[in-house]
Amino acid sequence: MIQTAWLIPIFPLVAMAAIVLFTHRHRALSAGISIAAVSLSFLWGWSVAVSVWGDPTVHRMSFDWLNLGESMYIPIGIQIDGLTGMMLVVVTTVALMVQIYSLGYMRDDPRYSRYYAYLSLFTMAMLTLVLADNFFLMFVSWELVGLASYLLIGFWFEKQSAADAGKKAFITTRLGDLGFILGLLLLYTGCGTLTFQGVFSAVDSHVLSGGLLTIAGLCLFAGAVGKSAQVPLHVWLPDAMEGPTPVSALIHAATMVVAGVYLVARSMSIFLAADRAAMVVAWIGIITSVMAASIGLVQNDIKRVLAYSTVSQLGYMIMALGLGGFTAGTFHLMTHAFFKALLFLGAGSVIHAVHTNDIREMGGLHAKMKTTSITFLIAALAIAGVFPLSGFWSKDEIVAATLGHPIFTVLTLAVAFMTAFYMFRLYFLTFTGKPRDQHKFDHAHESPKTMTVPLQILAVLSVVSGWIGLPWLEHGFSSVVFHEHPHHPEFHVVWAFIAALVGLSGIGLAYMMYYKGSIDPERVRARATGLYTTLLNKYYFDEAYSVLFVRPYYTMCRGWFWFDQHAIDGAVNGLGRVSVAWSVFNRWFDETFVDGAVNGVGWLTRGFGAIVRHLQTGRVQNYAFIVFAALVVLWLLQ
Amino acid sequence: MDPITLAFLALAFLIIVASLFVVSSRNIFHSAIFLILALFGVAGIFVLLEAPFLAAAQVLIYVGAISILMIFAVMLTARIADGQLRYTNEQVPTGLLVSLGLLVVMLYSLWQTPIPTSAAAPVSGAGRKLGELFLTQYVLPFEIISVLLLTALIGALVIAKKDPRAASAADDSAADVPARERERAVV
Amino acid sequence: MPSIGLHHYLALSAVVFCIGIYGMLTRRNAIGVLMSVELMFNAANIALVAFGRFVTPQLVTGQVVAAFTIAVAAAEATVALAIVLLIYQHHRGIDVDRINIMKW
Repeated sequence: MIQTAWLIPIFPLVAMAAIVLFTHRHRALSAGISIAAVSLSFLWGWSVAVSVWGDPTVHRMSFDWLNLGESMYIPIGIQIDGLTGMMLVVVTTVALMVQIYSLGYMRDDPRYSRYYAYLSLFTMAMLTLVLADNFFLMFVSWELVGLASYLLIGFWFEKQSAADAGKKAFITTRLGDLGFILGLLLLYTGCGTLTFQGVFSAVDSHVLSGGLLTIAGLCLFAGAVGKSAQVPLHVWLPDAMEGPTPVSALIHAATMVVAGVYLVARSMSIFLAADRAAMVVAWIGIITSVMAASIGLVQNDIKRVLAYSTVSQLGYMIMALGLGGFTAGTFHLMTHAFFKALLFLGAGSVIHAVHTNDIREMGGLHAKMKTTSITFLIAALAIAGVFPLSGFWSKDEIVAATLGHPIFTVLTLAVAFMTAFYMFRLYFLTFTGKPRDQHKFDHAHESPKTMTVPLQILAVLSVVSGWIGLPWLEHGFSSVVFHEHPHHPEFHVVWAFIAALVGLSGIGLAYMMYYKGSIDPERVRARATGLYTTLLNKYYFDEAYSVLFVRPYYTMCRGWFWFDQHAIDGAVNGLGRVSVAWSVFNRWFDETFVDGAVNGVGWLTRGFGAIVRHLQTGRVQNYAFIVFAALVVLWLLQ
Repeated sequence: MDPITLAFLALAFLIIVASLFVVSSRNIFHSAIFLILALFGVAGIFVLLEAPFLAAAQVLIYVGAISILMIFAVMLTARIADGQLRYTNEQVPTGLLVSLGLLVVMLYSLWQTPIPTSAAAPVSGAGRKLGELFLTQYVLPFEIISVLLLTALIGALVIAKKDPRAASAADDSAADVPARERERAVV
Repeated sequence: MPSIGLHHYLALSAVVFCIGIYGMLTRRNAIGVLMSVELMFNAANIALVAFGRFVTPQLVTGQVVAAFTIAVAAAEATVALAIVLLIYQHHRGIDVDRINIMKW
């Protein structure tokens, strides 16, 4: 199975090609091909993951891609270890669920085939990314992932906001990718290779170290910041909710955004060696986490709440990685992928039913959508870290990773509290209470089987996926994912208890405010108007960027435009006018002086000839007369 | 006044008057006659200068050949009877001025220039001496002159001979016979 | 009156020569011009012989040159008269001032 692992990304690639080239007119056939391909990838991915589970060897296959002798040698290939196996499971599972779910969700869309082609492209790129055995191939697929993201966010490009969001995502992540490629160049300069094996052995043997390594690490992290929506490049992710909801679930919650986390986790050796870079990573992570969670408290768009939740949870993972909790970060990555995908798909189900994103127009939907409501509740409990759901175990590991850094611990717990609060605020406002929009409530209905079945599967995974990380398992998650740096966290009962308590208190607060009504949210809002407005406006990040970058850029562009119009065009036109004037002068000079000289010579000659011709009468006697007259004159002159 | 002086004055008067008639006579035939007279005068001058051979040659060549040739030409070409014809061109005043000016210049130069003369008697037997020189010291110029004369003879023939094409054109014209007569006369 | 010397002959020569020039410049008839030229030849001959007589009485060089001059004059007259005839045939006249083809 491992020998044919390279087929895993090939299936979706073939599916995409087939859809684009042949079946794009047949909606059902296109969807079928895509789902069949991703199913094959799913099966292959799971079997590969199972076969490498507990197997400490790293399987590598590569071939020469670019061989320029001594100066440049880039082989590409695939590498399979525990981390890759885990990522394969996550990506193929979520992708399969989302594709099945999309059968129902996208049923009425006119660009159905294209949608599946994009999904296949994305799946291929993401699978290549996790399978790559070198930074180069990883970067290529990284960019392909970005392309697929752009295409899918702007899938409903008739809507201006969707088209803008696609561009925003693409350009914002491009800033991070610039850092990524700079980091790759630094690594290549320092190590002479881009394979993971080569780079990490160079780092471990201190071939590459010190400031250069720190800079390289920060550059790589810049890529992760862009892709995983960390501060200050997080602004694209909430806007990316303009895309279809299954896409949000697949790309902007479960898989693509964790590419950055995966990059940092994969580059573990670098960050272990460059502790200052790791510290930057941790700080960025926690700041992102706190900020996004606080924004999530007040948002009213169901998908935006989930988007900020995603940013917040990604910040969690990044922070954990920065603090050395690689297992914690990747473990949370996996569990989060399942329950966040579930949350998004549930939200999609709700949106499908009521045709709005605004939770203020929902309420009481539990009565109409039991499956959706229950699975959504499971996911909310999981993310809140309630025992024994998956989130409990992974969050516990993250809290454990922060031990020794009191600030991080406190902030992590604060985030845990806020996460539990906003998630249950969302749940209560959506599914419980009285319907706030009777008309929409009446039209609401449970989603079709194609949508609810994936919800149920993901609900199961959200519950059980944490169990493979049980600390007392002999071959648990932590012992599998990093063979070369085995990491066995202690299970801190106290901290687990505290974390769970914090989560429960958040749930309790939400219960009191939005279910029982014992605390009026309006009064809380009135008490902290300034904070509320700030949060509602997402700390004014977009506005700040507008003032700091966009408007100066426009101004600069206008300035250049003016410069172009006046100075450059002026210079060009001026040059043209000068040329014309010079030509006119030249022509005048030519006609007057050059021609004049030529004509003048002719005229002079003719005029002189006209005078002199009178001398040449042709009559001999005249000539003789002149001869003798001259003789006399000469004598007189003498 | 010795006879030589008298003779010189008479001859000079004759020559000058005859020459003036040559250049000023309205009738070109009269001019030819007066030219013969002037050439005779020059022959006399040669005699005075003790050059009898030259005087004889002058009479033979000039008076006998050239003048007759000219009279022939005059009779072949000019319309002698036509007294109305303008016989001078518009250069009469200026020509007079130039010739008089030149005369003054030459006479003045002559007056101003001292010429070393020899009082020795002229060589006797000049004719014989001349003959010897022609055939000894000046034999080359002498032969060249004879060739020149021959060339001039042939050249005159070639020039005066009618162009065959022009002649054939003339054959068709009405003036055929007189042209032939003229031709025969020239030859 | 002093005896006749070189200067008298040369003066005669000059007078005849200038008369010849006048004729050459003013006669319209080509034969008249030719006659004037003959006058000038004779003037030159007078001068030549006079110089020979009075400057180098022992030699006859002057007479030799004069003899050559006469011969050349004869040849000249022959050719010139032939040309005059030719001109007459072409122009039906021998007025020199109408003959200006040398202009071209």
